[in-house]
Amino acid sequence: MSYNIIVLAKQVPDTRNVGKDAMKEDGTINRAALPAIFNPEDLNALEQALRIKDANPGTTVTILTMGLPRAAEVIREAMYRGADAGIVLTDRVLGGADTLATSYSLARAVNKFGNYDLILGGRQAIDGDTAQVGPQIAEKLGLPQVTYAEEILDINPKNITVKRRLENGVETLRAPLPCVVTVNGSAAECRPRNAMRLQKYKYAASTSEKAKLSEERQALLDKRDYLNIPEWSAAYVEADPEQIGLPGSPTKVKAIENVVFTAKESRCVENNDEQLEELIKELIANHTIG
Amino acid sequence: MANFYTDNPELKHHLNHPLMQKIVALKERDFSDAEKYDYAPLNFDDAMDSYDKVLEIVGEICGTTIADNAEGVDHEGPRVVDGHVEYAEGTKANLDLCRKAGLMGMSMPRRLGGLNFPITPYIMAADIVSRADTGFENLWGLQDCAETIYEFASDEQKERFIPRVCKGETMSMDLTEPDAGSDLQSVMLKATEQPDGTWRLNGVKRFITNGDSDIHLVLARSEDGTRDGRGLSMFIYDKRDGGVTVRRIENKMGIKGSPTCELVYKNAKAELCGSRRMGLIKYVMALMNGARLGIAAQSVGVSERAYREALAYAKDRKQFGKAIIEFPAVYEMLAVMKAKLDASRALLYETSRFVDVYKIYEDIAKERSLTPEERKEMKAYSKLADACTPLVKGMGSEYCNQNAYDCIQIHGGSGFMKDYACERLYRDARITSIYEGTTQLQVVAAIRHVTTGTYLSMIRNYELQPFAEELSAVHAQLMDMTSTYEAAVNKVLEAKDQTVTDFMARRMVEMAGNIIMGYLLLQDASRNGEFKKSAEVYCKLAQAEVAKHADFIANFSVADVEAYKA
Repeated sequence: MSYNIIVLAKQVPDTRNVGKDAMKEDGTINRAALPAIFNPEDLNALEQALRIKDANPGTTVTILTMGLPRAAEVIREAMYRGADAGIVLTDRVLGGADTLATSYSLARAVNKFGNYDLILGGRQAIDGDTAQVGPQIAEKLGLPQVTYAEEILDINPKNITVKRRLENGVETLRAPLPCVVTVNGSAAECRPRNAMRLQKYKYAASTSEKAKLSEERQALLDKRDYLNIPEWSAAYVEADPEQIGLPGSPTKVKAIENVVFTAKESRCVENNDEQLEELIKELIANHTIG
Repeated sequence: MANFYTDNPELKHHLNHPLMQKIVALKERDFSDAEKYDYAPLNFDDAMDSYDKVLEIVGEICGTTIADNAEGVDHEGPRVVDGHVEYAEGTKANLDLCRKAGLMGMSMPRRLGGLNFPITPYIMAADIVSRADTGFENLWGLQDCAETIYEFASDEQKERFIPRVCKGETMSMDLTEPDAGSDLQSVMLKATEQPDGTWRLNGVKRFITNGDSDIHLVLARSEDGTRDGRGLSMFIYDKRDGGVTVRRIENKMGIKGSPTCELVYKNAKAELCGSRRMGLIKYVMALMNGARLGIAAQSVGVSERAYREALAYAKDRKQFGKAIIEFPAVYEMLAVMKAKLDASRALLYETSRFVDVYKIYEDIAKERSLTPEERKEMKAYSKLADACTPLVKGMGSEYCNQNAYDCIQIHGGSGFMKDYACERLYRDARITSIYEGTTQLQVVAAIRHVTTGTYLSMIRNYELQPFAEELSAVHAQLMDMTSTYEAAVNKVLEAKDQTVTDFMARRMVEMAGNIIMGYLLLQDASRNGEFKKSAEVYCKLAQAEVAKHADFIANFSVADVEAYKA
């Protein structure tokens, strides 16, 4: 049995190695200083999709990403690892979206795509850390959702069995297909880029990237259809202009403060057993350790 | 996230050598595969871009997982379970990663499932892998054995075995026996032909790296009653057929993740690879040359790591109120380490390019007859590869040991503890100057290029190459060293005494190596200013080394040998 899987992926600024210049003076992210990367948990989601593909020949894995046209980079990255195709949902009017508008827009794109069995995505993106988009998409599409997924244990045409990682243990549950599964960072790491696939897909380009290429390269894309990454607009996915971008986003940022920790919470204790024991007891009591 | 390719721009410098234009065009047969394979390059730039991007994958895997796993693998090591090898957990993860990344069978043609990469980017990957985990480089690098199958086995065998290697099955070369180490002519493992044309192998092999591999190349005695190399043939043993068990794994000083096995062959089914009696004379020699280049790459990878570990420590460690790198005794050591690293790496890629050109011509010769010019060129490059391979294996592995030694020295007492990677490097480095032929045996292979003048004509050719004007002092030094070398060689040869030639062989080979590596660094520095320091430092060192050897030779008479005899 084969499945059509959509993996939601986001290109995010790499906030894991933040240096001094990560924020501008006004407190907004200095994107120039942070490289754009594949959101880490979306890679975990991709790996789950690829495992289904490995076990079920004929399965297709399509990446859906919303962002600037350069988000095609994450689609190429996914192709090198095993994805078959990708779509960039990009449009000026989609800009400034909060999670509500984003999930509405993505849900429209998923609808447009049609014929899917499973939607996978990372639990949350490292730039916003909301974990809202996946669940909201499920709600908007009227699909069941499984969050905090660590491993897809089984899939058959009717349903999917998923192990969830919860705070105090694991939970295994079965959901009917189609459904939305958001994957935790504790799931298996994504496989590496593959040398052969990299050479096959390195010239893949989105519609707007293609327009800037040399004639020779454009001709190659015309000849090799799989290298074309379509760009979908808000109108193409039939999105209601009131529900997308800034107008569709009830979340308004009032102010951003750049907080610098000044106080060092340090305390000196004498170097003797008594004092050390007291400190350890205190740390255990307030759950700092233990 | 470290990337061992992108954080080391020297690699890209070597990858972008002008000779690659020729190598890529030949290797890709003017890019004719592009119509048949969706991952074949369209032109030169496309091919180079692919090498670069694939090396970036190698660098990423090595800089993260493989480097991170190295310490655990060193502690855990492989073990024998029911006559077979169980790798350390980290080794299994590394292999899995390399398979998924499609980094097996890199140099094999596309029709057999490979990437059709020239040897040069493949060797570069080996250099990177070794920096991450020296012992793992062995397991990964044994994909090299597929070259031997590709060159000498039948088409049917190639189609059966090579795609398996490209999918990630591992290989081994079963040569050494308890009584046949450096002297492989004494191999006794018995091969008996069966009525159905297959063979049965019986006997014992020892010190076999990755001895429980999926596909083995085995050197065995097929000709009953013979005692020398002419009675030996090459066989392919497929683990799926069974018959070979691992009796034990050696407890080694270093490269502990790489299982070194004692193998027992009990009526193991095998098939002949190539022609009978050519096992040692032709195939092992080819296999060895490839393996020696691999060990040279492994050595350079260790040198790189040793230099980096030492540099980081010297910047960090403060004594007498300042970082120890500020003391002349320390910064000199570091500069010399870097110079040896850059010198051996320059020779490594010079050699790999020579190997590339002649091997690709050999391959083309299977498809069509070469033009007289092509044949001439193939011969010339083959000779250069033959001259440079023992030189880079010999001197590169010695430099790697010296760098690992100095790396610990810079760490001081801490380096002697198990807390730093340098102690592992030191243990791992030690084997490089021993296996695939000791340094002494590399000298045996190299000396004829001293006596017949191959090295000198290489040097004369380098002498004529253009170089940056600011480096004219280095060029003058090298010319000066060449005269010294010539005089020393003449003095030894004038004695017309084989014992004296043998006695002085290493000195003469090293002098040639010093000058050749000096010229290569001069070229590198002329192409890329980043190499200027290394060119200057190395030539100072080389000048002193050449003078030392020349002095020794000048003050030596035939009768002096007696004092050294056992």
